[in-house]
Amino acid sequence: MSAFPAADRLVAGIFLLFVATTVAGSVLAVFTTRIIRSVCGLALASIGLAGLYYFLHSPFLALMEILIYIGAVCVTIIFAVMLAEPDEPRPDKPTGRSILWWLGAIVVSGAIFWSVARLGLMGNWPTPAIDRKDGSVHDIGVALLTTYSLAFEVISLVLMVAILGAVAIARSGRHHE
Amino acid sequence: MNLLHLQERPAVYLVVAASMLALGVYGMIRRRTLIGMLIAGEIIFSAAMLNLMAVNRFFVSDPSVGQIFVLFIMGLAAAEVAIALSIIIAVYRNYRSIASAELSELSG
Repeated sequence: MSAFPAADRLVAGIFLLFVATTVAGSVLAVFTTRIIRSVCGLALASIGLAGLYYFLHSPFLALMEILIYIGAVCVTIIFAVMLAEPDEPRPDKPTGRSILWWLGAIVVSGAIFWSVARLGLMGNWPTPAIDRKDGSVHDIGVALLTTYSLAFEVISLVLMVAILGAVAIARSGRHHE
Repeated sequence: MNLLHLQERPAVYLVVAASMLALGVYGMIRRRTLIGMLIAGEIIFSAAMLNLMAVNRFFVSDPSVGQIFVLFIMGLAAAEVAIALSIIIAVYRNYRSIASAELSELSG
């Protein structure tokens, strides 16, 4: 019991808010028909995830999540929404085939949720050894430039090839119009 | 059940990650446009990252390994989005549609 019992409640409330934001954002991203609302759901889920990373003792990743997912990924998807015409076609009358697909999707995702959640809840997880490092930004930087330097460089190469490839693919269709 | 120290339990994070994975797979099956499927894929990526971070925080002795791994996944996800969106734009130029049902030239 800490000296400020209200602080515990406040922390628990903020944590539950972030959990609810994450799940609600994912639901919104998957179930709406308009794509722009779906992008907003992805942004909402990213905000919730950033909060969860903060609770997992990693404020650096929380900032990176907001920077990359909301600042880069969502904005890029919104640009594509402006360039293309992404709204889903109106659903036809529900035929037997589409109901079958819907049931199949429900069953598959339900089975995945049940099995993975059960694995997480029932799994016999090991308790770790004593922490030697604290996982600070300093530790991450040192590890990135020593132990993981090869992967770091290869990631930069992948990003450059991706940028060049994106430009090459998106540019080629322009001459045919 | 004590709600006060819920953030110290790994099960909460693992169940949230499992629900995001299930929602992403549902969206992957049900979405009928390419951008919608891409967004569902991003939800699946986020589920994997949350799972890695939870396991890293609670069950691993060196806490910086998982953060670096998640950072790499974020970089790869950004590259994947750039490539996928440029392909989507190219498809839209040629077909005037990105509904997945109409891109059926190869389906025999």
